Amino acid sequence: MVVDVAEVVTELKATYTSGKTKSYEWRESQLKALIKMANDHEKEIIEALRSDLNKPEFEAFVHEISTVKSSCKLALKELRRWMSPEKAKTSSTTFPSSAEIVSEPLGVILIISTWNYPFLLSLDPVVGAIAAGNAVVLKPSEIAPATSLLLSKLLGEYMDSSAVKVVEGAVPETTALLEQNWDKIFYTGNGKVGRIVLAAAAKHLTPVILELGGKSPVVVDENINLEVATRRVIGGKWASNCGQTCVSPDYVITTKAFASKLIDALISELEKFYGNEPLKSLDLSRIVNSSHFNRLTKLMDDEKVFGKIVHGGQQDKTNLRIAPTILLDVPEDSMIMNEEIFGPLLPIITVDKIEDSINVIHAREKPLAAYLFTNDKKLMDEFVGSVSAGGLCINDTTLHLAESSLPFGGIGGSGMGSYHGKFSFDAFSHKKAVLRRSFAGDISARYPPYTTRKLQLLKALLNGSILGILRALFGW
Amino acid sequence: MALDMEGMMKELRGTYASGKPKSYEWRVSQLRALLKIADHHEKEIAEALRCDLNKPDHESFVYEIASMKSSCQLALKQLKGWMKPEKVKTSLTTFPSSGEIVSEPLGVTLVISAWNFPFLLSLDPVIGAIAAGNAVVLKPSEIAPATSAALSKLLGEYMDTSAVKVVEGAVPETTALLEQKWDKIFYTGNGKVGRIVLTAAAKHLTPVVLELGGKSPVVVDKNINLKVAARRIIGGKWGCNNGQACVSPDYLITTKDNASQLVDALKSELEAFYGKDPLKSEDLSRIVNSNHFNRLKNLLDDEKVSGKIVHGGQRDKTNLKIAPTIMLDVPGDSLAMNEEIFGPLLPILTVYKVEDSIDLINAREKPLAAYLFTNDKRLKEQFIRNVSAGGLVVNDTILHLAEHSLPFGGVGESGMGAYHGKFSFDAFSHKKAVLQRSFAGDIPARYPPYSPGKLKFLKALLNGDVVGLIRALIGW
Repeated sequence: MVVDVAEVVTELKATYTSGKTKSYEWRESQLKALIKMANDHEKEIIEALRSDLNKPEFEAFVHEISTVKSSCKLALKELRRWMSPEKAKTSSTTFPSSAEIVSEPLGVILIISTWNYPFLLSLDPVVGAIAAGNAVVLKPSEIAPATSLLLSKLLGEYMDSSAVKVVEGAVPETTALLEQNWDKIFYTGNGKVGRIVLAAAAKHLTPVILELGGKSPVVVDENINLEVATRRVIGGKWASNCGQTCVSPDYVITTKAFASKLIDALISELEKFYGNEPLKSLDLSRIVNSSHFNRLTKLMDDEKVFGKIVHGGQQDKTNLRIAPTILLDVPEDSMIMNEEIFGPLLPIITVDKIEDSINVIHAREKPLAAYLFTNDKKLMDEFVGSVSAGGLCINDTTLHLAESSLPFGGIGGSGMGSYHGKFSFDAFSHKKAVLRRSFAGDISARYPPYTTRKLQLLKALLNGSILGILRALFGW
Repeated sequence: MALDMEGMMKELRGTYASGKPKSYEWRVSQLRALLKIADHHEKEIAEALRCDLNKPDHESFVYEIASMKSSCQLALKQLKGWMKPEKVKTSLTTFPSSGEIVSEPLGVTLVISAWNFPFLLSLDPVIGAIAAGNAVVLKPSEIAPATSAALSKLLGEYMDTSAVKVVEGAVPETTALLEQKWDKIFYTGNGKVGRIVLTAAAKHLTPVVLELGGKSPVVVDKNINLKVAARRIIGGKWGCNNGQACVSPDYLITTKDNASQLVDALKSELEAFYGKDPLKSEDLSRIVNSNHFNRLKNLLDDEKVSGKIVHGGQRDKTNLKIAPTIMLDVPGDSLAMNEEIFGPLLPILTVYKVEDSIDLINAREKPLAAYLFTNDKRLKEQFIRNVSAGGLVVNDTILHLAEHSLPFGGVGESGMGAYHGKFSFDAFSHKKAVLQRSFAGDIPARYPPYSPGKLKFLKALLNGDVVGLIRALIGW
């Protein structure tokens, strides 16, 4: 291995100790550098994403580049406010006093990114780490090598490399990184590696954020604007990196009575979006590599779902492409219903009553997202009240990620911790409690020798009982 | 082991799935039951604490019972507000939409308590878990067996045992508990076991709060009210379970020319508090057990410090008592300066300039608390800005724990996560993002087939560029 990770950490710790990254000016300069980088090299970034994923330029810009710039701009706009201590109310127990919560950086952060949005999911957490005043090491995913290389080159050029570094590599490099003593680790990926990250972090008592995934369900009710609903389902699935997105609709639940209408609407919109030969459409990402291609074809070839494909199913192994595929009424114990699909296959499960869909969702691990298309307020309220997921979106898919006032993160199997907007700043900060007192007003009842009278006074004080205080003060 | 762990988990999950703990009424009933326990059994609790720690009634009441009641009362008062979803501002990107953050319980939680404030540190986290709508298992510390038994009996009588359970025991029971799948684990104790808890939690992707400890320093400047400062240091040290508290002043730092004044002030107040024969004072907790007694004895007998004792040093092995002991100018590599003392020994380090104390503190692991006594505004700001600890207090000790508006938790080796006040509710909640959209206002530019016109439109929209939007809409 070329990089000595221990040395990298030592250098970053020294930079952090110097106090440089804590200053507003430094943070501002680094955020501005990121924006400049995204602006000056937009074409190269789009090229790298096309190389790694055959990602359409449209998606590369809207989902990745624009989002990174938007995160930077928000941080720049809000940074002074985020950095200023938050005054806290004090009570009679500590009177006279003043209190505040001071946000301070944690120190040296490790960010392990992933392959499906390799630009965004590398830099969005970095934006948070920098805004909060930390030094940071970014480990991009080796499964998106063009983007990894580009990030290494560009951050090396634009950023303060005494505090912001990129370490490329695969399992050996990641393992070496995980052995170091970080002040926080931010990991995006799957639950298997998430457990490895947690176990490594445990040795150093390092806090961790895990952005994982799950099977994000979409419940589709009747009496809705079906055209808009299907467009939004397609938008969140195939138009989002061909379903290879942590919050992509994974599977659909609808009533038996409505299923065929829904399928017809999906087929109709799919044709408008991708034409008659979707394998040839330039507007679909490919499957990232042959490993995942084989994984997905296995899901389709599972004998339990054979015969359930109602649309699509075409494959192009050479170009790693699978057409948008819909399956109807797959069995609960099929492979496709027992792992996160992360691809262009959409199973539809049918239930008798739409309310039953909530039980279907509850029987499974908590997903990263859950969606509902309905105009029925009662169903909406029940869904929001009882479906536990990282986040919910009603009458759309994936869009809650674009709302920086909403925390983005999982729960249970879908992750821990969250970010976006100010939540990113908070994710990489320590909220330090500060209480200031004066020397005046020292209550001798606090101190030994303990007496019944002192205890009475304190009881009265703690109960807020003025009468009790007076009685105790004057000696009953 | 008599306890059927699997059966217990099944029961708790069943209760949680039934929805009972989620209801406001259930949470209120349980919080009121806890208050009743504290009110009706104050004598029993004080007795158990005296049995386990020889804790004076005054401290049992003020530090444990009153604190616990205060937490309950605050939760009861604020619960409706805490449970309400928090509306958030939505942006142009998702217009038209409404967003909110919904607090929901995590599920079935585990609280592992400690021995030094065995009543408070068991029930304070339980209050948070219940207020947030979870089922909870409490594992009290076996090192405080009388309190453990009392908690088991009293919670068994007063609480809804289908959702709130106490599991007593030692290492085997704790290990068995840690093998289960929890939705959150809350641990109070030391870093060694903290790592074991994190490692066990990693297997299930269980998020964890760790309330650990460290060496909480006190910096004492000149030109202060030395009498009040000395009293407050003694109050936080010997007046707080005889130094066996996670936020007790561990060691002092002062200037060489201030040291003897400080020692004299401490001696004077110590005598006022505990008399000439502190081993006989009834106002001091004992050392909890012979393990810790021997550990502390070793710190005292360390040849590096034996000549440095300037006050105290007497011990009574039979009754597990050590007198308030002050050591001056102990070497940095002595045993006493290399572990959390957690007892009645107080080393004093001296520096030339008081500002040097900040470097001394920063050279060590981040403590749970750090204290400064000064009237120098510049020193205050420098300290607050540069000393990283769980929490800071200026001109007092430990009192920040009494302030509900301040989060209580550590950073680095002193822990992760926080609680107290609303932070307790948040610690046991999932903050679920919810975005609601209407079917109206669907933008075709979102969807394939992608075109330069659509991309222009979205670029303008995302840049908030109204002119660009209009140009793109009209077709440049």
